[in-house]
Amino acid sequence: MNNYHLDYLDELESESIHIFREVAGQFEKPALLFSGGKDSITLVHLALKAFRPGKFPFPLVHIDTGHNFPEALQFRDYLAEQIGEKLIVRHVEDTIKAKRLTEQKGKFASRNQLQTYTLLDTIEEFGFDACIGGARRDEEKARAKERIFSVRDEFGQWDPKRQRPELWNIYNGKIHKGENVRAFPISNWTELDVWNYIRREKIALPSIYFSHNREVLEYEGQYVAVSDFIRIDETDVIVQKKVRYRTVGDMTCTAAVASEASTIEDIISEIIATKTSERGETRIDDKVSEAAMEDRKKNGYF
Amino acid sequence: MDILRFITAGSVDDGKSTLIGRLLYDSKNIMVDQLEAMEKQTKNRAEGDIDLALLTDGLRAEREQGITIDVAYKYFTTPKRKFIIADAPGHIQYTRNMVTGASNSDLIIILVDARNGVAEQTRRHSIIASLLNMPQVIVAVNKMDLVDYSQDVYNNIVIEYAKLAKALELNDVTYIPISALNGDNIVDRSAALQWYEGDPLLHLLENVEVQKVINLDKARFPVQYVIRPQTEALHDYRGYAGKIISGIYKKGDAITVLPSGATSTIKAIEIDGGKLVDEAFAPQAVVLHTEDDIDISRGDVIVLNSDLPQTAQELEVLICWMDTKPLVAGNKYLLQINSTRVRSVVKNIAFRVDVNSLQKNDSPAQVELNDIVKATIKTAHPVVYDSYKDLRANGGAVLIDETSNVTVGACMIQ
Repeated sequence: MNNYHLDYLDELESESIHIFREVAGQFEKPALLFSGGKDSITLVHLALKAFRPGKFPFPLVHIDTGHNFPEALQFRDYLAEQIGEKLIVRHVEDTIKAKRLTEQKGKFASRNQLQTYTLLDTIEEFGFDACIGGARRDEEKARAKERIFSVRDEFGQWDPKRQRPELWNIYNGKIHKGENVRAFPISNWTELDVWNYIRREKIALPSIYFSHNREVLEYEGQYVAVSDFIRIDETDVIVQKKVRYRTVGDMTCTAAVASEASTIEDIISEIIATKTSERGETRIDDKVSEAAMEDRKKNGYF
Repeated sequence: MDILRFITAGSVDDGKSTLIGRLLYDSKNIMVDQLEAMEKQTKNRAEGDIDLALLTDGLRAEREQGITIDVAYKYFTTPKRKFIIADAPGHIQYTRNMVTGASNSDLIIILVDARNGVAEQTRRHSIIASLLNMPQVIVAVNKMDLVDYSQDVYNNIVIEYAKLAKALELNDVTYIPISALNGDNIVDRSAALQWYEGDPLLHLLENVEVQKVINLDKARFPVQYVIRPQTEALHDYRGYAGKIISGIYKKGDAITVLPSGATSTIKAIEIDGGKLVDEAFAPQAVVLHTEDDIDISRGDVIVLNSDLPQTAQELEVLICWMDTKPLVAGNKYLLQINSTRVRSVVKNIAFRVDVNSLQKNDSPAQVELNDIVKATIKTAHPVVYDSYKDLRANGGAVLIDETSNVTVGACMIQ
């Protein structure tokens, strides 16, 4: 028996590959939502394992808010090019102009909510019936409740009270026209699992995940990168800091952490020692209310 | 390191969410910001100490009502294991969500309120554990602080539950007295429960032998997807992608493809998107190649000739009904088992299991939400399966309503 034992990372990997192949087998027009962040990079790595030597049965799709870190965008283009898969980019900026949407105001005005419009338009434009995403259940407590195949109505809305039972490893992706499914292959991975996997598989990441010098402003204990997208007030204190990013979202709503970690090993040590959760430490957008994520999901967000 | 997947179950106020909060809190798997959010919430609700249940009740409606509606998945790691917890609802109207959580678990913790003893939901959840063939059961007698840590109270509950376990053929049951609220016997041994000689709960969870539901004898490989690059270099490449749900496959093994019955041998096994290996085993995700050019597509099952599964168009099943629309004999549904989906009709409903008395009520006129019935299902095409009792991975199926697309039933094939 002992020779036939899988390590926990292998077990997680196998579960994720299985989910990828269920999406490929059940849907006509899936897409892989790819941001250039570590979770979606991990998804790409898993997809390579699931489908090579064949092509991916889906394109990579990025909803570009216009507030992304340039390093993440460069990496996004580099990786798509390197693996020879199709990358579709749609811009929130274009949706704002076309639909005359009103942008958030304030110091850290974020396009996080508006990106849902672009996502839903993109789903409609290409007729995507399933979107694969890198959400994990350990990230946030509304996400902890979501199924691996999460059915969204024609407005992209999640109804937490009417989720389909999801039994054993059987995924029901049957939908009506206009609906779509969000599929989450790494639902059961934790932040640390992802980092351990990145280390084991030697997966390349954008440079901003590692310690670097950056001009940041200190705001309520968080370090926010100085950029054209945030409002700098006279009272703001701008400092040079050695930082890294624990998550990569928009420049307006992602905070950096002070860090000297320059290798994956160092990062893993820091994550093991940290006393703050991933989103708690780095996401400004979750602090709006106790149910911020649940509300966004109900409106079609990931 | 391995993974233990477990589920917590019990009646509404037995303290399931508190127990999970306590496990995470005492094993230092709760972060400072999460704790702060919980403290703030607890103040909002004008209660005393931190309400640990707030950690898992992730939906607004749950926090408002103070109950768990849907399964929440929680994760924690100790140096010994990674744990995946399904925190399932206790309320009777959400029993289907408990079934969902239980279907993927290796172990169930059934909480019993020391003041109430074995209650209706305890029976119900134990019956579900039995139906789902849960390999291991831990009965945690909670709220011992409210019965003065009385050994007599505990012993009486153990005696009462043991009778139930015997009737349900739950063979591997461990008992433990705890107080989730106060942390007694959760991570450390409790000073107030000196008379209890066993290990604390976390220790049990860390050391329980995971009877992986993987069966290494019966080799089963449902094909999920066919990889055909159709490039010049890989013109003839045709790989069958899937996950080995049970057993071991070796290069050169004689195989049968079901339901067609075509035979061949394994020419090659690939993992990691192209790496050739001589053998692979459950639950690895692999790509198989066959020696002969035979017709294989999604939904087919590749098995070893040494131990064949059943192939039939008429199935005896136990169904846990999960929809608010009742099940009516004669209705058509899609039946999905692993990656196979076939049209089916529920022909005959033999009896309903009364989950309180375990009695079998003959020929119920209607089957309602959360009912458990024995039925016969006829399928449009042959289905490849094993008995659920022998092989969970190939004996569970779901019924899908073709008009609403909703998963309406969980089937355990007999």
